[in-house]
Amino acid sequence: MITIPYLTALTTYFSYGLLFAFGQFRDFFRKIFDWWHAKNLQVLLFLLFFLIFMGYAPICLGLEDFYIRRLYLRIQDCFGRPISSAPDAWFDVVERYSNDNNKTLKRTDKISRCLNLGSYNYLGFAAADEYCTPRVIDSLKRYSASTCSTRVDGGTTTLHKELEECVANFVGKPAAIVFGMGYVTNSAILPVLMGKGGLIISDSLNHNSIVNGARGSGATIRVFQHNTPSHLEKVLREQIAEGQPRTHRPWKKIIVVVEGIYSMEGELCKLPEIVAICKKYKAYVYLDEAHSIGAVGKTGRGVCELLGVDTADVDIMMGTFTKSFGSCGGYIAGSKELIQYLKYTCPAHLYATSISPPAAQQIISSIKVILGEDGSSRGAQKLARIRENSNFFRSELQKMGFEVLGDNDSPVMPIMLYNPAKIPAFSRECLKKNVAVVTVAFPATPLLLARARICISASHTREDLIKALEVISQVGDLVGIKYFPAEPKKQQQGKDTIKLE
Amino acid sequence: MESAALNFVNATLNWITLALDAPSARAVVFGVHIGGHLFVEVLLLVVILFLLSQKSYKPPKRPLTNKEIDELCDEWVPESLIPPITDEMQTEPPVLESAAGPHAIINGKEVVNFASANYLGFIGHEKLLESCTSSLEKYGVGSCGPRGFYGTIDVHLDCEARIAKFLGTPDSILYSYGLSTMFSAIPCFCKKGDVIVVDEGVHWGIQNGLYLSRSTIVYFKHNDMESLEKTLEKITAQNERAKKLRRYIVVEAVYQNSGQIAPLDKIIRLKEKYRFRVLLDESNSFGVLGRSGRGLTEHCGVPVEKIDIITAAMGHALATEGGFCTGSARVIDHQRLSSSGYVFSASLPPYLASAAITAIDVLEQNPDLTSKLKENIGILWKGLSDIQGLVIASNPESPIVFLRLEKSTGSLKSDLQLLEDIADRALKEESIFVVVSKRSTLDKCPLPVGIRLFVSAAHLESDLHKACASLKKVAAEVLRDLR
Repeated sequence: MITIPYLTALTTYFSYGLLFAFGQFRDFFRKIFDWWHAKNLQVLLFLLFFLIFMGYAPICLGLEDFYIRRLYLRIQDCFGRPISSAPDAWFDVVERYSNDNNKTLKRTDKISRCLNLGSYNYLGFAAADEYCTPRVIDSLKRYSASTCSTRVDGGTTTLHKELEECVANFVGKPAAIVFGMGYVTNSAILPVLMGKGGLIISDSLNHNSIVNGARGSGATIRVFQHNTPSHLEKVLREQIAEGQPRTHRPWKKIIVVVEGIYSMEGELCKLPEIVAICKKYKAYVYLDEAHSIGAVGKTGRGVCELLGVDTADVDIMMGTFTKSFGSCGGYIAGSKELIQYLKYTCPAHLYATSISPPAAQQIISSIKVILGEDGSSRGAQKLARIRENSNFFRSELQKMGFEVLGDNDSPVMPIMLYNPAKIPAFSRECLKKNVAVVTVAFPATPLLLARARICISASHTREDLIKALEVISQVGDLVGIKYFPAEPKKQQQGKDTIKLE
Repeated sequence: MESAALNFVNATLNWITLALDAPSARAVVFGVHIGGHLFVEVLLLVVILFLLSQKSYKPPKRPLTNKEIDELCDEWVPESLIPPITDEMQTEPPVLESAAGPHAIINGKEVVNFASANYLGFIGHEKLLESCTSSLEKYGVGSCGPRGFYGTIDVHLDCEARIAKFLGTPDSILYSYGLSTMFSAIPCFCKKGDVIVVDEGVHWGIQNGLYLSRSTIVYFKHNDMESLEKTLEKITAQNERAKKLRRYIVVEAVYQNSGQIAPLDKIIRLKEKYRFRVLLDESNSFGVLGRSGRGLTEHCGVPVEKIDIITAAMGHALATEGGFCTGSARVIDHQRLSSSGYVFSASLPPYLASAAITAIDVLEQNPDLTSKLKENIGILWKGLSDIQGLVIASNPESPIVFLRLEKSTGSLKSDLQLLEDIADRALKEESIFVVVSKRSTLDKCPLPVGIRLFVSAAHLESDLHKACASLKKVAAEVLRDLR
């Protein structure tokens, strides 16, 4: 849990309040001006305009639109920065400029070479790879870029078959099914498994794709406090005892949905405890390993391996290939029957274009590298490097006094910023010093808990990380986000120097 | 005796009145003579206060004890995660050993492929492969991030600009998967309370988007303009408030579930009459309909600005993957922060975006591709028009030729089985690869199932003739027993 210092919470609320007030103020004047202009225009034109647009409600509504216009647009240069190279350890960020106070951004030809602390390139497969890329290009030549067909029609090639076997084997489940997009995997699978009379118990910080899938399923949704097994147990007991709302019939089935690594928190799931509780109460476990598969565990097999959970205890294992494998798409792994059923009825399998063959080949090849089946030890080295890098970076950040969330071994580490003004300040200052970081604010996080998020990659060298730490420390001082005074290393040095004097 | 008792009661009452009156007999408040009431009234007041101070009656509430909850938890038996596997679930689709071009290899045998929506024959196209290869070498495979967080690669922006330029719209937005385009775009603009009028034959992506939007959804009869008009009339007439709500008509240009083409000119007329906005899914018409492949708007001669939101999957005519949405700058910008499939998902792999750019370039340079496709559709139509036991349910210009059973057996399952038999035998005996439109259990589409043939500009004339002859033969054999 994040505890916000009282003063910080106050100033953050104040900042948002000010932004909101100014936004409303400007909207008010905008309305007056518009009205004035309209009045001065020729009456005919005005009438014409009126006639055409009468009867349509505005297409963008209310607060959401207000938030975008008055808050987001001011700092939109911090998001969606285009790049013009592979998202490797260093990449080319395209510079943009704006002539209208950030309302629109225009690309320039200028680029700046930046250290990449933003991409989910955990194992460094994002760039061209000596083993993967030639194979990917071969399969492109053989199978073309797309099958233009769904998996059940003409979209299953030998490559897809191989991929599914490969993934099942890697994850440690009897069978697997793959889709062309990670988001769709979650949002199309949950409606197949659950329906009316079912209960989905979801972690409060689960990814939007799970939320959408749960909503689309028509099942009842209950939320348990983020990563708190005791609260999960409480919710489970309550729900089983109560049954369905109003009718009090017993639930048909209960599924507990958790993530391996929470992408905005960097936290590892407390999987052993959660699995034990689910077993006790006969609930099914759905584990989303979007960020953890390939990135953690001794052989990259995700949180189950890291935390010592038997994969047989997890009923549905979901993951994506976007992150560690440098490709796209997602998978579901489970029992043979489960996969067979999904293949029969899952809309993403029946109606969506099958995963692009070169992307499938990239996954197969990168898994081979991870498992050392390519005949080298690169995979093991990558896995060791990402763990070392993450733990080094996290501990250094903590020593500097930043408020860093997340657990050891996790390659995701958010640094808390809180105040809205610090979001663009941190992002822009880092970019000036050629370090590209990701800042996240509402709606991806709660309003108060804006943060910067750093994703470490195995392709970062020690020098890269040291440079990044220097920059972040300087910017952190400038922006004022070292919320903890604790700097044991420096203090000690300070004491030493005093003694020396 | 009676009078004695009455006297006694009267005497007692008098006596009590006297006793009660005695303390306040001479009391006068503001000139009002207070009789013996005071005592009674005070007494009553006390009783009322006493009663008020008491808790109202509630049946005793006894929450479940821990032990009882334990028992309930022990007793509860969940259903199994999935229903038991039946035979029909075990069918495996044919596995291709080559690219899914007009001629593919299945089980070591070359077949004519009608299962891929490779309308323009771009699978295996030299130029597309070239651009993919150079893109793969430069950018790697995946983009490793959502668009907001360094997942925007310059080719994405180029691709968006290219699509917008091609269609003549102000702006467009790329999605990383065709299926997610509609179900992300719809909930951006439709919220609870808004009214959506939608064709009953729309595909699952749209159905899911509608469900997620939580708007009021009204279906009209498949591709029936009278039904649409009636529905619109009803909604605007019966509901005064409807004027203040956002109202949409959602249609597909070429229906995936039937091969019908939406009469856009009529829809535009109705939309303007009743002041609805139009969402159009051009997945199967982009690159296909119209003289230069600009889709249904060109086909029907409607200016593209009249359509508020156009979406399309790129996994069909463009032979890449992903999808896009195009419309006014406001519509597009709104999606960049509100569309869940855009914000929360990794972006399209850059090589697929560059393939899309190249595909549009090639299409623009070779306008005869669409006419060739039209010709091929014509040949197939002519060849299949007298097929026995089946009817062509699709529009003569649709690239999806849709054959449904002339006489349904009455149940979806046995219809499917029959069609499946035809498709199976066509593949095994005649080397013609056609597919049956399968239905997920989640799909609410009420239209009949059928055999779908995706026509491609790359099909040879001989392929088409062979397909017609084979299908006729197989259909006649399979359906012979029925009649």
